[in-house]
Amino acid sequence: MFKLVPRREPNAPMLYATPFIAVALTLIAGFGLFTILGKDPVQAMGLIFIKPLASYNSLAELLVKGAPLILIGVGLSIGFRAGVWNIGAEGQFTIGAICGGSVALGFYPGGGFWLLPLMALAGALGGMAWAAIPALLRTKFHANEILVSLMLTYVATLLLGFLVHGALRDPDGFNFPESRLFQDDALLPKLLPGSRANIGFLVALFAAAAAYVYLERLMLGFQARVLGQAPRAARFAGYSERRIVWSSFMISGGLAGLAGLFEAAGPVGQLVPSLPVGYGFTAIIVAFLGRLHPVGVVFAGMLMALTYIGGETAQIEMSLPSATTGVFQGMLLFFLLASDVLVNFRIVRAGKPLAPASAPAAARLTPAA
Amino acid sequence: MTDAPILKLQGVTKTFPGVIANDNVSFAVGEGEIHALLGENGAGKSTLVKMIYGVQKPDSGEMTFRGKPYAPARPFDARAEGVGMVFQHFSLFETLTVHENIALGLSKAEAARGDLRRRIIDVSAAYGLKVDPARLVGTLSVGERQRVEIVRCLLTGPKLLIMDEPTSVLTPQEVGVLFQTLRRLASEGCSILYISHKLEEIRSLCDRATVLRGGRVVGSCDPGQETTRSLAEMMIGATLNTPRREPVEPGAIRLQVAELSLTSDEQFGVDLENVSFNVRAGEILGVAGVAGNGQTELMEALIGERTLRFPRQIQLDGVPIGHEGPKARRSRGMCFAPEERLGHASVPGMSLWENTLLSAGASNDLAPGGIISIANASRFAGEIVGALNVKTASVRSAARSLSGGNLQKFIMGREILQNPKVLIASQPTWGVDAGAAAAIHRVLLELAKSGAAVLIISQDLDELFTISTRISVIAGGHLFASQPTEELTVETLGLAMGGRSKEIRAAREAAHV
Repeated sequence: MFKLVPRREPNAPMLYATPFIAVALTLIAGFGLFTILGKDPVQAMGLIFIKPLASYNSLAELLVKGAPLILIGVGLSIGFRAGVWNIGAEGQFTIGAICGGSVALGFYPGGGFWLLPLMALAGALGGMAWAAIPALLRTKFHANEILVSLMLTYVATLLLGFLVHGALRDPDGFNFPESRLFQDDALLPKLLPGSRANIGFLVALFAAAAAYVYLERLMLGFQARVLGQAPRAARFAGYSERRIVWSSFMISGGLAGLAGLFEAAGPVGQLVPSLPVGYGFTAIIVAFLGRLHPVGVVFAGMLMALTYIGGETAQIEMSLPSATTGVFQGMLLFFLLASDVLVNFRIVRAGKPLAPASAPAAARLTPAA
Repeated sequence: MTDAPILKLQGVTKTFPGVIANDNVSFAVGEGEIHALLGENGAGKSTLVKMIYGVQKPDSGEMTFRGKPYAPARPFDARAEGVGMVFQHFSLFETLTVHENIALGLSKAEAARGDLRRRIIDVSAAYGLKVDPARLVGTLSVGERQRVEIVRCLLTGPKLLIMDEPTSVLTPQEVGVLFQTLRRLASEGCSILYISHKLEEIRSLCDRATVLRGGRVVGSCDPGQETTRSLAEMMIGATLNTPRREPVEPGAIRLQVAELSLTSDEQFGVDLENVSFNVRAGEILGVAGVAGNGQTELMEALIGERTLRFPRQIQLDGVPIGHEGPKARRSRGMCFAPEERLGHASVPGMSLWENTLLSAGASNDLAPGGIISIANASRFAGEIVGALNVKTASVRSAARSLSGGNLQKFIMGREILQNPKVLIASQPTWGVDAGAAAAIHRVLLELAKSGAAVLIISQDLDELFTISTRISVIAGGHLFASQPTEELTVETLGLAMGGRSKEIRAAREAAHV
């Protein structure tokens, strides 16, 4: 039998190794899963993890999916470091798209170089406003921000549906619940020619770099980390919990709102009810898979993007169920959390004598007695 | 006492990554003997008793208990063999009764044996450890909680009782009662392994002492034949240089606290009632008291973690600051060292240089304009490490990787090196060895001499008598008026700490009815 023994100190190498362990375990479990489904596991794995890396177009798609995941994941990881649990990035994403998209539609068909920055600003402010609700309720009334932010996601989705069925509906759209297609000035410039990849990815990388500086070099980020790791030490230092909660929500909400606007002004090009596709929730996995570290979040975001695209490819080519992507992402988080135990604990064989010298000594003494 | 050892260790070695905690340790505890384990922090006392109690396992070496090879795999095995241990930090649930707590700590078989409530009463009566099984632990004093722990051990009929720093939370009178109990147990044949660095206690209580230094046994002696000074020097392996307090001419009032009342946030906390005192420049005011009598709350109020309704309740150099938070108070030249080192005075998972930012981050060049200067913070951390001789691999080591005493030195150094006008420290040398304690006392005295006002909250009366100009007692959230140290004795303080607090409580209850 094996048992877990607490480590004296968290094991640093293990901290970085567990994401890889989790990926490896996910692959193994995936093999088993596909075998049970009667599909060729090698082919399925190849489709999910290798094929998306083999063509220009799917590499570009990787950037399309990776950008929002990284952008949101970076913001969430700052909050999670401070112990501020914003689970409602999906809702802030949606409101960001609504606010930024409304700016584009308001100026339709006009525009100029200023339109996109204005939309981005509106998107970020929209996400912040939506995040301000749980922040206010937590700081004023100690309401649990997990519940409040999560519930507001559904409100945001319904609000988007309400608007594209009504006020923002395309007047020439044959009553389809969609907004107009955005004018050219309201669309994100392309990053790679002939693909859907846009400059949102660059913004995401910039956000990750900024988050790194914020967490490691600025007192504000330091305060957030202290609050997350030792709330009492934060009180001793005189850091304002209220301010940290607010800044965490503003950063994560703003980035989620920006990601939403980029989705509307990028690959989608309009407001549609199906705009929120779960990036806000997947970004939670991304944040943890990336160890709440901006650099880790970039890699984790790309890995998650890979499972999205690979999952779709596998669906099409092997007629796998559409739940494949979700199952893979779920397994990844599950195995990550499970293998995280290894950071603070080590596995030993129970009953194995740990004192090599004393055990033989006992054996010598017993016959003599 | 017979000569046959009940517990014998031979060549026990235990290494942790990078550290040899115990190196070839051999000693024996006789039957009915009260045996002291003496040593500085990090000398390996705790690791040694953890191996005896089955919490950790030796890498090599042999242990024999009652003549048989002894290798407990876990505390349960140790208890089954007849080894009991009372830890320094109690493991009791405040919201459960004494009876429930004891039942939780016993194995199924032990708990099922007879009427537990009856047995608790019998054992506690037999050894003069008065506890009421029906009381909630949260309502007990620290001394009473310790009794619960001891009773829990005694119920298993131990042959060897390990006590880790048992008196650090007791009044002198309670210590007297505890020693009677221990002597009684020893006379009945139960051996006691007693860990402490209070040398006076070891001299009066223990039959033998084994001295550890750097993980090795460096000597053993009959403590009754030694002086506290010779014991201390054996422990640190050097001549001890105890600081002496020189009479100073007190200056103007720097810190004034007036009519400070505060309702505790905690369920079993203590409300402060009308606390008033002042500390003059050049003075060290000592606040004695048993843990849990309002020290935590007083510290919260003084740090500013809880701000006060009226600014004038705390005045610094005549400026009302009661409404200000910790940052504002620090910027006015106050520094604080709370009792709890990990998680309160420091962030356990952060490096030493990052931990300097906690209290020194705003006031100097560690983070100019809100941008952290790693170079300056590391330099400051290095200065602290150098000035107080903190043993650490580097300033990049996590706070949690330091031993308790070394982290305490680091925290005291962090506050003192900021040259505060007013320093408020709770338990400044708690868990710190004699050599380091002397070093901390010396810098505290120097700080006061240079014109700072110093307030020390401590349960260690020796410490207060060594460094304080005046001493006051906190009991039940009430602060007694201070008196010059020369006019006080341990007995008078002890009475105020224990006896009079009950009177206060009774008087208060009468007033409320």
